[in-house]
Formats: sequence, C-alpha cells, structure tokens
Amino acid sequence: MLNLRLYMAQRLSALVMVPLTIGHILVMIYAVQGGLSVNEILGRTQGSVSWFLFYGSFVLAVAIHAAIGVRVISYEWARLRGWHLDCVAWLVFGLLSWLGGRAVFSVTLAGGGL
Amino acid sequence: MIRPHRAHPLWYAFLLHRISGLGLALFLPVHFYMLSLALTDPARLDGFLRFTDLPLVKLAEFGLVFLLAIHLFGGLRLMALEFLPWNSQQKTLAGAAVAAAFFVAGCFFLKAI
Amino acid sequence: MSQNDSMMNVSIWRESDGDGRFETYDVPVQENQTVLDVVAYVQQAIDPTLSYRFACRVGMCGSCAMMVNGAPRWTCRTHVSKVLKNSELEIAPLRNLPVIKDLATDMDPFFEKWVAAEAVFKPTATRHDPMAPINPEDPDRVAASAAIECINCAVCYAACDVVAANDDYFGPAALNRSWSLLNDSRDGGQAERLAAVGSNGGCFNCHSQQGCVQYCPNELNPTVSIAGLKRASTKSLFGRGR
Repeated sequence: MLNLRLYMAQRLSALVMVPLTIGHILVMIYAVQGGLSVNEILGRTQGSVSWFLFYGSFVLAVAIHAAIGVRVISYEWARLRGWHLDCVAWLVFGLLSWLGGRAVFSVTLAGGGL
Repeated sequence: MIRPHRAHPLWYAFLLHRISGLGLALFLPVHFYMLSLALTDPARLDGFLRFTDLPLVKLAEFGLVFLLAIHLFGGLRLMALEFLPWNSQQKTLAGAAVAAAFFVAGCFFLKAI
Repeated sequence: MSQNDSMMNVSIWRESDGDGRFETYDVPVQENQTVLDVVAYVQQAIDPTLSYRFACRVGMCGSCAMMVNGAPRWTCRTHVSKVLKNSELEIAPLRNLPVIKDLATDMDPFFEKWVAAEAVFKPTATRHDPMAPINPEDPDRVAASAAIECINCAVCYAACDVVAANDDYFGPAALNRSWSLLNDSRDGGQAERLAAVGSNGGCFNCHSQQGCVQYCPNELNPTVSIAGLKRASTKSLFGRGR
C-alpha cells in the first residue's frame, strides 16, 4: 500500500532526521547533567533562531515520518482501509505538527520563561 | 507467543524497529505538550522537570533514549540495505545497532544520574 | 518391513469446503524418514482421503512445500529426526494461500501476482534472429543469474508477514523474478515492469524481515532483489528509465 511517493517521503524525512536525531541525543546528554530546570533550558534557547530552525525542521520531518509509519502499521496490524487509513495518517501529521510547532515556538521564539 | 516462522533474528529486528517507532509516535505528543508549557505555564514545567530527577524517571528516560537510538540505528541499517551495495552481515549489523543503542542510552543514563 | 520401535503423534490439517481442523495420527518412526514419507504413510495406511501434493520427491520441483511445525519447508527435504519434538509433528498447508483440500493449496493467487508484477519475459527477438550475445561477466547478467533459480514453490510467499498483512503485495518470489528480468538485456518490457513494481502491491511494501531469505530452499535472496527494485524504481523517478 506504499507507493513511490509515500516511500520517498518516508526515506527522505528519515535522512533529514539522521543528523537532527544525533544532535538531539548529544544535546540531551549534555543538558541532563546536574538536573533540568526551565531557566537553564530557556536561558539557552529563548530568542535563538538556530534552535528554532533545528527543532522546527525536526518537528516537520518527524510529523511526515511518523504519519506514514503509523499509516503502514494501521494498514497491516489494525487492518484499516480507505478513508479510515487516510484519516489516521492526517491526524498523526496534524497532531505532531501542531503540538510540535507550539513546543518549538514556546521554547525558542516566544519570549516566555520564569 | 511468537509464531515459529518468525523466530529468526532479522524478524526480531523488524519488530524492534516497528515497536520503537510506535512508542516514539505515542510519546512525542506528550513530550511536545510538556515543552509548550514553557510559554503557558513555565512554573508547572519547572516542577515537572524537578520530578524527572527521580531515579525511576531517569530509568524511563534511559528507555526513551534507547527507543530513539535503536530506531535511528535500525533505520540506518535499512536504508543502507536499500540504497547501498548489499552487505551480507545483516544479522551482525542488526546486533551492532542494538549494542550501539545501549551504549548511547547508557551514556545518557550515566550523565543523568 | 523396517523395524519401528516407536510411534510419533502427527497432527495434520484436514480441510474440505472451508471447514478445517487438525487431526492426529499415530505414525511409526523410521530410521531415515522425511516429512513427505510421513504424509504418504498416513494417506496409504491410515486415511486414503488425505489430499496432498508432491512430484519429484527429491528436492527439485517444490511441489511438496507445506508448513512443518509452523515453518514453510519442502517436506521431501525435511528429515523427521530434525524436526520431531517430544515425538510430535505438526503438518499444515502453506500459509497465505487458500486451501483447496487438506494440504493442497490454491496456487492461483501466487501466479496471478507473478503476472501482475510483470515477472514474465517479454521477448524482443524471434527464432529467425541471431542468438543474443550474453556476457556472463556483465554485472547485470550476474545480478539476473543470482536471482534466477526460483522454481515457484511459494515457501517464501508463505514465510512473508507482509504477504499475510497486505492482500495486494506481490510477494518475494514474483518481485525476485521481476528483478531478474529487469537485468535481462533481451527483455523488452522494462517500462511496464518498473511501473508494476512501483505500484500499490509492489516492492515498497517490503520491510526486509528476510523470512524469504531464511526459508528459501534454493538459498535465493529476494530481499536483495527487492532492494534492487526499490533503487531502480526511485531512479526512474528522476527520469532515468531502464
């Protein structure tokens, strides 16, 4: 049920996420030392266009990648077909883009914090 | 119970890749929601971050990093399989992916506690 | 008569008109015995209504393929001593195919997908043309030859979980043959073949679980072939047809 376009979108989003994921894991290993706090995190990320672009592209890529992945699982394991399948895929894409976009904005460009 | 025809290493690699992907897809909305509290309720986010100091939570975070790392390394093995010349050491590569994921998650855990 | 010190408990799938269940038979253990021997014994000495397929019985034709203790195998090439557990054996028809009767499956869906995947040779020359010169060292020919020994036994088709989960999926055997033909310099149907393998039931559904590799009795590797099809299909996206 995967055609060429969905397959390519899946693989391309995966490729984009290779450096982003490695970067994220390294950042987490660094940041987790000594415990986490809002001020520590936001102090570094607020007002940063670089972090916005880094995590913004991460969110977009993961929304595409997860939506197609969940689509395949829904087809093979949950036996969904037709518009139910499309519904689930778009739901995943929408949810992750929306929540992810909000998260990236909140942490980088929103100007929030304690 | 795993059906007999599935009892071989590369099928388990497939299952691990699928379960880790699904696990991540389920985790991410929660993760994104918590982070967006930075804007709407930073005090609550700060409280939550202090909660993550608990050893049990650190263990759960180890699990999450493992899920991410195994999905990444497994995915790299798959894309190499599809786009690069065939490597006959698929079982070894799958094992190496698990080992690398444990290593990365272990590094995280040791830094976290 | 060979001596038989012990008996084994054999569960065989019996099905007619859609009504199926396992039935058990007591079969004497022989010193050198294949699973096909067991099935033949049951049909000859216990229950003549048991239906099953075989032909060469020496591991060349693939007709005797069945599920043995849950794994797809050629029964003529499966020694009972290697698979017997606690004197018990389970024999069922090949997975992922409709059952006609007992151990005989309907191979039509398998071969219909074969045709749909364009795994059929499309000649460009006639008998009046000179023979096509084929260089065996040519990389394309090496790739084609590596995949060519498939005898359509459907063991890989039975092993594949994507086939089980996805009715449209052509399956490892058909795609493996498509790949072999894609590399055949004499074939004239490459455009249709690329379109077919990139379609809904095509190569992109493969998750590289490699059950096909695990169980192919001819030691073929359909996963390699399908990876080749993925590459060829994505290349064609950028304009370079084959």
